[in-house]
Amino acid sequence: MNWMRFKWLYFLISTLIIIPGIYSLIRWGLRPSIDFAGGTLLEYKISQQLEKGKLEEVVKKVPEIELYSLQQTSQNTYLFRLAPLDKTKAEEIKNKIEKEFNVGVEEVRFETTGPVLGGELLRKTVIGILLAAGFILLYVAWRFKDKKFGICAILAMFHDSLVLLGTFSLLGHFLGVEVDTLFVTAVLTILSFSVHDTVVVYDRIRESQKNLPNVSFEQLVNKAVTETLVRSLNNSLTIIFMLLALLLMGGETIRWFVAALLIGTISGTYSSTFTAAPLLVIWEKIRSKVRYNY
Amino acid sequence: MKPRRLFWLIIILTLLAIFIDLPSSFRLKLAIPKTKIKIDQEISRPKLDLRIGKFHFYRDLEIKQGIDLAGGTHLVFQADMSKVAQDDKSSAIEAAKDNIERRINMFGIVEPLVQTSRLGEEYRLIVEIPGISNINQAIELIGQTAQLDFRELPEGATSASSLADFKPTGLTGKELTRSRVEFDSNTGKPVVGLEFSDEGAKRFAEITKRNINKPVAIFLDQWPLTVPMVKEEISTGKAVISGDFTIDEAKKLSIQLNAGALPVPIKVIEQRNMGASLGGESVQKSIRAGLVGLLMVAAFMIAYYGYLGFLATCGLVIYGLLTLALYKLIPVTLTLPGIAGFLLSVGMAVDSNILIFERMKEEIWVGKPRGLAMELGFGRAWDSIRDANVCTLITCFILFNPFNWSFLNTSGMVRGFALTLGLGVGLSLFTGIVVTRTILRVLSIKEKK
Repeated sequence: MNWMRFKWLYFLISTLIIIPGIYSLIRWGLRPSIDFAGGTLLEYKISQQLEKGKLEEVVKKVPEIELYSLQQTSQNTYLFRLAPLDKTKAEEIKNKIEKEFNVGVEEVRFETTGPVLGGELLRKTVIGILLAAGFILLYVAWRFKDKKFGICAILAMFHDSLVLLGTFSLLGHFLGVEVDTLFVTAVLTILSFSVHDTVVVYDRIRESQKNLPNVSFEQLVNKAVTETLVRSLNNSLTIIFMLLALLLMGGETIRWFVAALLIGTISGTYSSTFTAAPLLVIWEKIRSKVRYNY
Repeated sequence: MKPRRLFWLIIILTLLAIFIDLPSSFRLKLAIPKTKIKIDQEISRPKLDLRIGKFHFYRDLEIKQGIDLAGGTHLVFQADMSKVAQDDKSSAIEAAKDNIERRINMFGIVEPLVQTSRLGEEYRLIVEIPGISNINQAIELIGQTAQLDFRELPEGATSASSLADFKPTGLTGKELTRSRVEFDSNTGKPVVGLEFSDEGAKRFAEITKRNINKPVAIFLDQWPLTVPMVKEEISTGKAVISGDFTIDEAKKLSIQLNAGALPVPIKVIEQRNMGASLGGESVQKSIRAGLVGLLMVAAFMIAYYGYLGFLATCGLVIYGLLTLALYKLIPVTLTLPGIAGFLLSVGMAVDSNILIFERMKEEIWVGKPRGLAMELGFGRAWDSIRDANVCTLITCFILFNPFNWSFLNTSGMVRGFALTLGLGVGLSLFTGIVVTRTILRVLSIKEKK
């Protein structure tokens, strides 16, 4: 099949998905969790269901605290987001609720992060990504004896991270989804999955190059894509099964982490066939044009 | 190795893994209807305790759960080093760490984790306390700086006097500049050296003068650290405590003395309390979800690849057993991201199989005999499996940050994820290539016969 005939269509699809994400990233950015921004997360299990508005009113009366938001996480657990505060202040809030509503309050979670750590985590992550990308580029270029494979694999990888970051920027704006340390882990995982998948497609091109030296590069790529499509789909399906099960049935704490992995897996599968492979073809075209000019 | 021998090796390895995977004790109930066979027995698995010469290997073979699963507290302290001289900084942070460990142990808390972390000129202490969630008191205690002081026996004390009889001399850790391990120039044995400030030197001279041939005890947080005898008056401000120390003992004492000599004020910059209920619920749900996911994967493999898919599923089960055994042996502390990393590695293990089977199908289509197609399939798929997995391992390596590079992440969550994913990918190379292949080979030998 001549897959590469439609390469501009594939790029168009990618662009249509990435553009809103980039717009959202520039306009609204990502919604940082307290891991990045600093702050306090307080989750209480309260012995009976309370009206959210009233609860908010009462908590706001505690002196010297700043309540950003209150969220009901399940039937009778409530999640407070506050400016950073210490344990004694948290105790004060708890006592206040217990007194005002005459209920039992059990602390489920108390997390406080100073804003120092947040920026640090972000910086370290970016360094980590660049470092991993660099090493993978070198490894792939070495293994495939051509830098175009390494560079195109990394480009496809950044395609996937843009999809993921963009989607979470939109999710953050419209649904209030936050990015935290786990999200960072998800991004890094998707980067490695994306390369994993791309390498399999490239491996076919490498093999055919050896066996069929007289066939044009574009045809080689077409052949490789045809041969790996079923495998790519099957493989991604198994991962997607796993992630879907986790998303639908897994614990609350990892829900958005799993969602990030799921979006990334789908994007990674798409990009290895419909981004990484066409990029190679275009690379090769430009290269041959340059040759003619000399 | 011959496939058949390898096959038995895999079976033995699997049985070993099952044994390790067993919970420490459980009840086996089995009754076969219409017969008199009934089994109802409490079975307990022994702990692993190996001793070969000096080498000692002990594992209780329990799954270690991180604080997000078991509940507990995660604390990050910032150390204020502004008053500590540059040369003493690393001994000061070491002493602060020891100090925290000692205090947590006083609370009888099992297996606290205390790490130091350095980022440029920032020194931090990361403390993880598993199990309990309400530890305000402990945190308060941890945050206090150490109190070190020198004590003497009151006039007229006899040799029968106890430690409680020691009275403060007024000389405290403030007047102690530093302590370090030194070596006696005559005997070559390790001794613990003390250095006092000018003011401290004066007072120490007075104390030693009136206590010649008597003990002067050093107390840390009201607990006696050591009770050396004074041999002579020490007026230089430099003293050594000699005794039958091993190097480790001398180091330990010197670190503890430094906790008093180089007090480092610390303050909490991050605190996470996880109630065990949150973790417990999440874990149960996630494990159930993981099992459903695995079943779906197995069903898919069998539906799509038939017989081969079934064998791959067997390989996958062996993979799961081996991984769990490895977690117990290393031991790996499981966190929620860790579980996610494991599940992802399952996906990648399946991928190895799919790659191989697709190649085998192709070879069969071109008309190669089954046995040859199998060998060729494995060989062809290997290149892509290797390259793809190496890329994942590179990422795992950077995420795990094994050398503690300060410019990379040291967060426990990210590390837990990288560790389980990395181990999983490593093992999947083994099960995908060795286990599935050997099973296939042994079975195809049987077919030929």
